[in-house]
Amino acid sequence: MGNLIEVSHLKKYFSTPKGMNHAVDDVSFSIAEGKTMGVVGESGCGKSTLGRTLIHLLEPTEGKIMMDGEDITFVNRQKMHEIRRKAQIIFQDPYSSLNPRMTVEATIQEPMRLSNQFNKQLLKEETDNIMEIVGIDSRMRKAYPHELDGGRRQRVGIARALAMHPKFIVCDEPVSALDVSIQAQILNLLQDLQKKQNLTYMFVTHDMSVVRHISDDICVMYLGQLVESSPVKELFQVQLHPYTKALLSAIPSTDIDNQPQRIKLKGELTSPINPKPGCRFASRCPYVCARCEQPQVLEEVLPNHFVSCCRAKELGGFEA
Amino acid sequence: MSDVEMSKVPNGIGVAETSEQKGKKRGSSTWSRFVRNKLSLIGFIILVIMVLVAILAPVLATYDYQAIDPINANQFPSAAHWFGTDNYGRDIWSRMVYGARYSLAIGISSQALALCIGIILGAIAGYLGGTVDNVILRCCDIFQSIPATLLAIVISQALGSGFFQTTLALSVSGIAIAVRMLRATMLTVRNQEFVEAARAIDCSSARIMFRHILPNSLSPMIITTSLGIGHMIMSSAGLSYLGLGIQEPAAEWGAMLALGKGYMRYYPFQVIIPGIAIALIVLAFNLIGDGLRDALDPKLKS
Amino acid sequence: MNEVNTEKKRILSVENLTVEYLSNKEVVRAVNDVSFSLNYGETIGLVGETGAGKTTIARSIMGILPVPPARVKAGQIYLDGTELLSLPEEEFQKIRGKRISMIFQDPMTALNPIMRVGKQISEVIQTHEGVSVSDADERAKEVLKMVGISSDRFREYPHQFSGGMKQRVVIAIALACEPDLLIADEPTTALDVTIQAQVLDMISELQHKRNSAMILITHDFGVVAKSCDKVGVVYGGQIVEFGTKAQIFKNPLHPYTQGLFDAIPQLTTDLDRLKPIFGAPPDPTNMPSGCFFAARCPYAEQACRANQIPAYQDGEGHICRCLKYGSMNQTGEQMSGGNHGKLD
Repeated sequence: MGNLIEVSHLKKYFSTPKGMNHAVDDVSFSIAEGKTMGVVGESGCGKSTLGRTLIHLLEPTEGKIMMDGEDITFVNRQKMHEIRRKAQIIFQDPYSSLNPRMTVEATIQEPMRLSNQFNKQLLKEETDNIMEIVGIDSRMRKAYPHELDGGRRQRVGIARALAMHPKFIVCDEPVSALDVSIQAQILNLLQDLQKKQNLTYMFVTHDMSVVRHISDDICVMYLGQLVESSPVKELFQVQLHPYTKALLSAIPSTDIDNQPQRIKLKGELTSPINPKPGCRFASRCPYVCARCEQPQVLEEVLPNHFVSCCRAKELGGFEA
Repeated sequence: MSDVEMSKVPNGIGVAETSEQKGKKRGSSTWSRFVRNKLSLIGFIILVIMVLVAILAPVLATYDYQAIDPINANQFPSAAHWFGTDNYGRDIWSRMVYGARYSLAIGISSQALALCIGIILGAIAGYLGGTVDNVILRCCDIFQSIPATLLAIVISQALGSGFFQTTLALSVSGIAIAVRMLRATMLTVRNQEFVEAARAIDCSSARIMFRHILPNSLSPMIITTSLGIGHMIMSSAGLSYLGLGIQEPAAEWGAMLALGKGYMRYYPFQVIIPGIAIALIVLAFNLIGDGLRDALDPKLKS
Repeated sequence: MNEVNTEKKRILSVENLTVEYLSNKEVVRAVNDVSFSLNYGETIGLVGETGAGKTTIARSIMGILPVPPARVKAGQIYLDGTELLSLPEEEFQKIRGKRISMIFQDPMTALNPIMRVGKQISEVIQTHEGVSVSDADERAKEVLKMVGISSDRFREYPHQFSGGMKQRVVIAIALACEPDLLIADEPTTALDVTIQAQVLDMISELQHKRNSAMILITHDFGVVAKSCDKVGVVYGGQIVEFGTKAQIFKNPLHPYTQGLFDAIPQLTTDLDRLKPIFGAPPDPTNMPSGCFFAARCPYAEQACRANQIPAYQDGEGHICRCLKYGSMNQTGEQMSGGNHGKLD
């Protein structure tokens, strides 16, 4: 299976009163068709911006985005309509992601109506079909969002994203706002949909156990940069970047006998506005050295396991 | 049974019903919250009575409200003239009853006009942004830097007196308030995720503006409107009192007040009666506005 | 664990606490017959989903329930033997902030944006200790240092602090008067994992230094595993299961607790599918007459729906409100309602 998404050297900068915000800075990765790429990182690391830039909710500053073998980095209006049908997004907050004045039915039907490809009969059939797929009872079709609980609202959001049969869906923290019992329902639904419709996901989250459960591959971001990417199971065994190590060691485990030994980090996240060249993690890194002031290159250290740290090989060597 | 279907089944049973019931409860609760607030209910009752009086004026009036009867001028309230008569011998009760029409019509129509223009301008400003937005906002600044009453006085001076002229004069000061209010709400709404979702499903920006942002920005306007009507009624009475708005022989409460003020020492009822009427109707709209704010807010929060 | 506990001194016991909210002519049964107790130096974790009543329990102990609409229908809360619920407000004010203090979930709203950070801490000290302004400021600087913030930042405003720093300030305020009981309501939910780890470590370090007790409210089992000694699982305003950390994590008895564990993806084991708990929590205005979890429980039987389920306790102090264990556990003592506070 080929890659549905290929991103190379993607940059997204925002100009702010304080300077240029390097929200996404030189990120490269690819997602195979039918697979899930998990993107993790702490708030402000640019993971949501990355997702939105991929599907053109934000315009990229530089770099290249390929979808389905086509360059979609900079597109005209015609092409945009095509992208909108192929690529969709599911949002974090099921409360603000639905228009409070539109019924469930109207929300799900809107993308179909916009495409002008459906007559009344077809529209109704498709709506019934999608509502059944995402598990919303057809009695709820006239309900407004405030009448639904969090889980059902999120199902409506998923239904809206599915309406045009996209190939690629950016899931932006789709379960972070939900209670655990509901979270499990939504994760299962997303997995089932992926199997049935051969969907490709980019799953943005800060929850490591969720990303481990749902993803095939994983990217770890820090202040706009990709620091490490690998198959998901491997990352939880072998971490090459010092930040990834610290991040994983900070997650409290539900295994009460084996609490991870936390790697303590100095300081806090710095700002991605006008960053210095070189490793952005350097100021907090326990292994910092002179070479860290140079720009770091993403290297394939193990098969399919990329890391952007000049000391990764050396440090990994110690561990091996 | 596939897993997708499995997850659907428990959803359909039972739970859906409780959720629907909740919906009904909440849907009607804006009204029930409004009614539970005693003050806003009083306001609403006053308004209903005023509206009925205005509609039924020809039935309720005991005399021709314009008929001059010098013999019976300046009569104190009696069985024949419930509210007495004015300096020209016109029956004050009948004039008050017809006056309700003017007050309500002017208040509502001038606020409605202000609201319409305000919403159109506010939506254009929010939709186009940039220079247009800036120009509209600066115009609002100019209008808002002049005291509303003064503005109304100047405009009605220029346009002359009469119903339409007064409506226009009053609405000008309301436009800027409506524009600002709408724009502020729209800016908050615009940052919500459903607007981004609308972009993701390929909505045109016009559709996003008019289908997604605008309808969700109107709730705060309801409250402003109710308070605004009260304000308009008071300003219209003020204009008439100053001799600028609707004038004699029309039965406008402000004008009646102005006429009565000359005889206040001897016939205080000629001032007190229209005064109370104006106060009552303004109070009614203010109470309704406050009640609406309380009734709508919890829903806005959720 | 139990042997250690028996030597420790009891600080708090909550007995049969029942709290209702009156709204819209409806009675919302937020907390139903909750009992537990806590010793000096211990941390108890209250876990449960949104709306389970965790925060209401915390607010009752802190004496900050909004009355009305809230109403304590029954129960007692003892702090070192003093009953708190019947205490007049003036007396309670002396305890609140001094002996019991609370860390709120959202650091962004818990701080006064127009007041210097240091002043917000020293104000608490001044109020409760009756010391001079300069002494209070000195103490506040020490407290700031204790939570890892340099005392030069004493005169800064909240907006100059990052989220993690703000939460530290909130914690500093809570710890300023060296409380014996700390109630932390989702103290790290708004924070990133690396910051969460720092904050949790810091709280437990400070707690151990003073031997104070803590109630930690969270929905994250990982946080519980890391920081708590005992765990209460809250569902429908009841503690459906209570035990030591080992009891709850290694041998969860209540079907709801088991369901929660099955529903979370694990960091160490692979699962093809998660097992969600179907259905929705009971409507607190219309609670079922029997077990609150019966409607969602895979093991529910006729008997579960008939009557309130008593709390059963085994020999080791593991308490579970489920009939399954009542009938199985013949030797176990059946407790009526919530006397399980008397563990030792």
